[in-house]
Amino acid sequence: MNARAGVRRPYVRSMQGWWRRDPFFMAYMAREMTAFAVAIYAVVLAVGVMRLAQGEAAWNGWLAALRSPGSILLHLVLLVSFAVHAKSWFEIMPKTMPMMFVGGRRVEASTITRTGWIATLVVSVLMFALTWWWKK
Amino acid sequence: MKRSNAPIFWLLFGGGGMLAALFGTMLVFITGIAAPLGWPFGPDLLSYPRVLAFAQNWIGKGFLFAIILLFAWHAAHRIKVTLHDVGIHPGPVAKLACYGSALAVTVVAAASLLSIGF
Repeated sequence: MNARAGVRRPYVRSMQGWWRRDPFFMAYMAREMTAFAVAIYAVVLAVGVMRLAQGEAAWNGWLAALRSPGSILLHLVLLVSFAVHAKSWFEIMPKTMPMMFVGGRRVEASTITRTGWIATLVVSVLMFALTWWWKK
Repeated sequence: MKRSNAPIFWLLFGGGGMLAALFGTMLVFITGIAAPLGWPFGPDLLSYPRVLAFAQNWIGKGFLFAIILLFAWHAAHRIKVTLHDVGIHPGPVAKLACYGSALAVTVVAAASLLSIGF
């Protein structure tokens, strides 16, 4: 007989893949994964700034890399991730910020979320307009 | 009592998250999709003299540095916290890997932007 048969070994449920068990957990994981998109984009920009400092040839190399199909595809994924980040960031904001009162009434969570989304929209339109003005 | 350093990381995380939410999506579109495809801003949007002038201007330099710094630290903090959810407990190694990468990105950006000049 097995020597360990008498030892009590309680069943411990594995946590492997826990976030695939529920759509709510999957949404949570998707939103946390946007951090990788933010990290990758920070690296892309940091490399760009580094190549810019190294001179025109280095900078043109970075531009050529950006034109490759792989880079375009990567940036499409980044674009979707940043949109998910912007959407969820303002959804969480009412829960992370201190309570806000206007005229003695607590500001509704949905008001805060919607204000954030509108701010993103306004900033995006402004950036587009500025870039349009900046182009030749 | 030893003061906690958590507020510093939290501030970097919050600032980066806010900046990413407000500016990130359009910025990725402009630099990663519109500029390489040459549409709708034309093929010379990010040509060397133009971007150099942008990075030499103190507003442009400050914008680039703020974006890179805060994006890097936001991501580092968030990934560090999320590691716990996939069974990696945030010890010194995870901390060093996350915050160390953010620091490396910050140093590269700062050194490059300084060497570009004003």
